Amino acid sequence: MLYAVLCYAHEETVFAWSREEEASVMERLYAVQEPLAKAGKLGPVGRLMPTTTATTVRKGSQEPLVLDGPFAETKEVLLGFYTVDVETLDAAVAFAKELSAVNPGSSSYEIRPFHVFHAGYLKT
Amino acid sequence: MTDLAWIELALSAARPQALGALLRYFRNLDTAEEAFQEASLRAVKTWRDKGPPRDPAAWLIFVGRNSGIDQIRKGAKHDPLPPEDRFSDLSDAEQDLAERLDDSYYRDDILRLMFICCHPDLPTTQQIALALRIVSGLSVAQIARAFLVGDSAMEQRITRAKARVVKAGVPFEAPSASERSVRLATVSAMIYLVFNEGYSAGIANPDSAGFCDEAIRLARILLRIFPAEPEVMGLASLMLLQHSRARARFDGQGQIVLLDDHDRGLWDRTLIAEALVMLDKAIRHRRPGTYQLQAAISALHARAARPEDTDWQQIVLLYQRLEQLHPSPVVTLNRAVAVSKLEGPQAALELVETLWPKLDGYFYFHGVRGSLLMQTERRQEARKAFDRAVALAHSPAECVHIRQQIDQLGGETGPCA
Repeated sequence: MLYAVLCYAHEETVFAWSREEEASVMERLYAVQEPLAKAGKLGPVGRLMPTTTATTVRKGSQEPLVLDGPFAETKEVLLGFYTVDVETLDAAVAFAKELSAVNPGSSSYEIRPFHVFHAGYLKT
Repeated sequence: MTDLAWIELALSAARPQALGALLRYFRNLDTAEEAFQEASLRAVKTWRDKGPPRDPAAWLIFVGRNSGIDQIRKGAKHDPLPPEDRFSDLSDAEQDLAERLDDSYYRDDILRLMFICCHPDLPTTQQIALALRIVSGLSVAQIARAFLVGDSAMEQRITRAKARVVKAGVPFEAPSASERSVRLATVSAMIYLVFNEGYSAGIANPDSAGFCDEAIRLARILLRIFPAEPEVMGLASLMLLQHSRARARFDGQGQIVLLDDHDRGLWDRTLIAEALVMLDKAIRHRRPGTYQLQAAISALHARAARPEDTDWQQIVLLYQRLEQLHPSPVVTLNRAVAVSKLEGPQAALELVETLWPKLDGYFYFHGVRGSLLMQTERRQEARKAFDRAVALAHSPAECVHIRQQIDQLGGETGPCA
């Protein structure tokens, strides 16, 4: 079974880490991933940029709405994720709009740039 | 990371929101600061024993409010303090409390707290010092070290600045939309001042170099409460881009390295990636502003793998746009540098000569002019311009940088201070 493990934390604290603190946390996290990585059981691991970089595409009455900031509605929950490699935010927004158009119901798409922490080894 | 280090980070992260709410509640800066201080002391004890609360800011506001009220009562009627155990179990109350506290107040609380530090009567260095003390919560000693003054001098300076803010009156009513945008612009300018204080000190003063990180942190806070403001995005992007070059800007001896000579491998790609996304977000709004334009120029440098890959044509256009929006001889000087790359030193020099006498007291003006004169083989005039630049240099690194150019002219040079 594939599992997505999603990390939630206080971003103001995390982004205030010093370079040394950052490095030592990353080293410990890397060590935890290592056994799964060696067994070929680790998929892509991403480090999301701050929520201030987020854009949300939300279904509107006609055109989808493009809103600044992260998705912040507690009645809807995270149901899936895509990772795409495109040149611009506009291209990512266009992709999310297409998804939104074919997805029935009130789906929203939060677009968060991220750094690849680990490219992963999954064979699907 | 130790628990204590975590608690300190959490306290500084929660500070603008918590202190801003306490200021709204007590309508008195001293009372609010004392209440926050008391709440922080209790947080260190309680969070270490019981673990951190889910919403540290809400916890601090709740505890700070009670402690402030107690202080006021104590002062007024000498009532006995309520027993300590009133605060001992907040974990259950917390969930409730977070919902009771009205989110909509927060953004104006934070904005107000930042805004009162930018009173136009205060000179810029006092605005910076006050913001670092009140909003960031740096100690007087930390700020004093960064400004290279003694603790008591800085203490006095901050006390005077605070008195001036209080005398001017803190605006407590919720701002109108237009007043809010004025506050945002004023606060953005203050944040950029904090950044520049750290940026210009560079590695010469590690105590103020941290101001760059702090300014970026403040901009992110502002963006979180005002997520759709393109100029705030532009400011964040600009600072991230400038800060991304921190490790390449000086050599091992602490001397300035010009952008063309940077080891671009030392640029921080993580910061650049974030900055480029912020700029993309800003541009989508189609409401250009001075921070966005400056960030766009800086981004063109960041995107160039080598100096010769730089899109100078686009940079010249962006500087022209910047001059239209915000005419300034300094912007024209920067455009002249871009013009020199695109059309050569002679065209740039013609532009530079139009800036007399407006920039006569400006270090970079004489540095750029000297360099352009040198490139056009007007060596004696170049020497004069460099001498003038040396006289106006703010730091030993600036002075050394000009001296090196004088060396290239084969002239006699004295040592830099």
